[in-house]
Amino acid sequence: MTDIKNVLLAGVGGQGILLASEILSEVLMLAGFDVKKAEVHGMAQRGGSVVSHVRYGKKVLSPTISDGTADVLFGFELLETCRYLSLLKKGGQVIVNNVRISPPSVALGQQDYPENIPGYLRAAVDDTHIVNGMELAEQAGDIRTVNVVLIGALSLYLDIEKALWIQAIKAMVPERFLDINIRAFELGRESGITD
Amino acid sequence: MKKTILSGNEAIARGAYEAGVLVASAYPGTPSTEILENIVQYSEVDASWATNEKVALEVAIGASFGGGRALCTMKHVGVNVAADPLFTLSYTGVRGGLLLVVADDPELHSSQNEQDSRNYAKFAKVPMFEPSDSQEALDFTRLAYEVSEQFDTPVMLRTTTRISHSKSVVTTGDRVKNLPAPALERNPAKLVMLPGNARKRHPIVEQRTLDLEEWSATQSFHRVEEGTSDVGIITAGVAYQYAREALPDASVLKLGMVNPLPKKLIRDFAARYKTLYVVEELDPFIEDQIKAMGIEIIGKDILPICGELSTGIVRQALTGKKAATGVKGALQTLPSRPPNMCPGCPHRGVFLALNKLKAYVTGDIGCYTLGFMPPLSAMDTCICMGASIGNAVGMTKVLPVEQKQNVVAVIGDSTFLHNGINGLLDMVYNKSSTTLIILDNRITAMTGRQDNPASGYTLMNEESYEVDLAEICRAVGVKHVTVIDPYELDNTRELIRTEMARTEPSVIITRRPCMLMKRDVVEKKPPLFVESGKCTGCKVCLQIGCPAIEWDAAAGKRGEAKVNRHLCVGCSQCRQVCKFDAFGVCND
Repeated sequence: MTDIKNVLLAGVGGQGILLASEILSEVLMLAGFDVKKAEVHGMAQRGGSVVSHVRYGKKVLSPTISDGTADVLFGFELLETCRYLSLLKKGGQVIVNNVRISPPSVALGQQDYPENIPGYLRAAVDDTHIVNGMELAEQAGDIRTVNVVLIGALSLYLDIEKALWIQAIKAMVPERFLDINIRAFELGRESGITD
Repeated sequence: MKKTILSGNEAIARGAYEAGVLVASAYPGTPSTEILENIVQYSEVDASWATNEKVALEVAIGASFGGGRALCTMKHVGVNVAADPLFTLSYTGVRGGLLLVVADDPELHSSQNEQDSRNYAKFAKVPMFEPSDSQEALDFTRLAYEVSEQFDTPVMLRTTTRISHSKSVVTTGDRVKNLPAPALERNPAKLVMLPGNARKRHPIVEQRTLDLEEWSATQSFHRVEEGTSDVGIITAGVAYQYAREALPDASVLKLGMVNPLPKKLIRDFAARYKTLYVVEELDPFIEDQIKAMGIEIIGKDILPICGELSTGIVRQALTGKKAATGVKGALQTLPSRPPNMCPGCPHRGVFLALNKLKAYVTGDIGCYTLGFMPPLSAMDTCICMGASIGNAVGMTKVLPVEQKQNVVAVIGDSTFLHNGINGLLDMVYNKSSTTLIILDNRITAMTGRQDNPASGYTLMNEESYEVDLAEICRAVGVKHVTVIDPYELDNTRELIRTEMARTEPSVIITRRPCMLMKRDVVEKKPPLFVESGKCTGCKVCLQIGCPAIEWDAAAGKRGEAKVNRHLCVGCSQCRQVCKFDAFGVCND
């Protein structure tokens, strides 16, 4: 099963993780891979912790990623990225959105949000890329495009041509939001090049 | 023939369409909901949300008896509600093919228990398919209709969350043509289950199971994958994927139909391997039956009954090889992130009031079950759909007089219509003095905002009669029915206080649409902000548990509350609880 690649998306309900994993699995299918993706709907969406497992290769069996086998941990929020580090294999890669969203216990002042997660992630994983997704999404014109900004950043690290990414976004995003999302994708991709 | 990527639920909807299904009925329930939401795209299918799972199955049975192919879908606990018609449907058999899809939820991602629906198939003597990916979900759905009509039986198809909510690549087909046209046809000896008729049907059901077992042994939905080691694995459903990946050298008997089991096939396979395992999620359903055949096999001795399996769990159990360890986190205890009521949720103020009034709250199934979470912490029981009312009635029967009035039942609009009405009838009929709050957010919110009889629209987006909840309560005999806006916090609290003290049954309907409404979108108001200097750091606003309000310990003299303007919807509930007028409205 060594030809199977695993990408774990992790973040907070409401960040658009499910659309991001839709785009990712679509582009992988367009690139000719067998793809499986798994996630949970319902309780998880209401501001809770959300993960989506995406696996691709010649023939994918399990829809979920086991501990220590993810090639890429694709984090939409700092704390949630830390939470799922145990799924990342040694020598794996972290691509993470530089944003903190307080969970209830932090918002209530009962617990502290861990300090300096970017520094900690860089120390734990050599191949860590930090994306200022919120700023780029605002630049694109709508903060809600942060998921597509992050897809743009991810796109540099998977060996798939750019045109297919654009084709996948076109297939998954409603026509009226297309321009702004393409802009978000480009900004995310450029940020990775200068990283 | 088209290649596409579909979830298990989308594939089942597609399969039912291709099988020529005319009627689909369901009550929403995670992880089954998207099947009906997806079948709506096929105009040839009459798709509807039923008021509950029992009615959904009865609608499907009616369509089948009329000669059309019918689909009914539900989550695992829904079968408890639909069990009554299911068991007798097994006796009558079908006319048009009938498929009942049941989606189990190992790991309880979004459920109140972890029951294994395969037991229902055996209990009701109904054949059950179990797909391992989206392609099989589509293929088995199509096949189920042929089996249903060939063997004159309802058929069940069991998914789990990892089948229903996982996407994989699927090749689709076309809708079948030239099925017999529905028309009335009387057959009372088969369809009227009086004892005299039913007694004659029972042996037919027993023979049917034997026939299915013999037939299924030669079908391609069961398959043997030859390996190179002396280990044999018997498995089905998503567990097949984990077993196959964990032990690539083992031989595998993959079962496509898990009830009845193909005993001869199992016996032949078992005879060829030195070591035999059964890999299945939840109960030892296959394992117990194989052991009853006198075959030695290892299963739940080494695999967990509780929760989901994974490739890592199966590999470690069967080979003793430790699962891979990932990157170690030096950060020890991370703050958890449970789900929460949304900013602007109309339920928030009700639970704030119940907390302040120290009510003992019998709860129910819906978004509002999150009223259990701190800081609102205002839910004390939650059993099943509609249980809140009966629980409150029973509790007040045993409590001392001074505690009776503390008990309040809460239920959502959709859950009330599902079968809460029955509880309310009992409450009035048996002279309980309980207070019921119907949290009417105009939609079935938890499962993703589905319409229901009180929303005024159908699943197919047609306008329909909008049932009046207050009139229902009055009609069953409740004299004190009040409809209020739960955004008015003082009024809400005072009314709940008054009704709790009342010695007669009473109902409060808290009416305000869900913030996430798809139709009649709730317009967001300008966000609020905390005026620096005015906030005294009393933390009262934090007690409403709004995700948009955050404590900033470094601000001001003793810390201040802050509003996240990206999350705030301007509902102003925080402003109402602030005694220092510290909340302002952004007008930019």
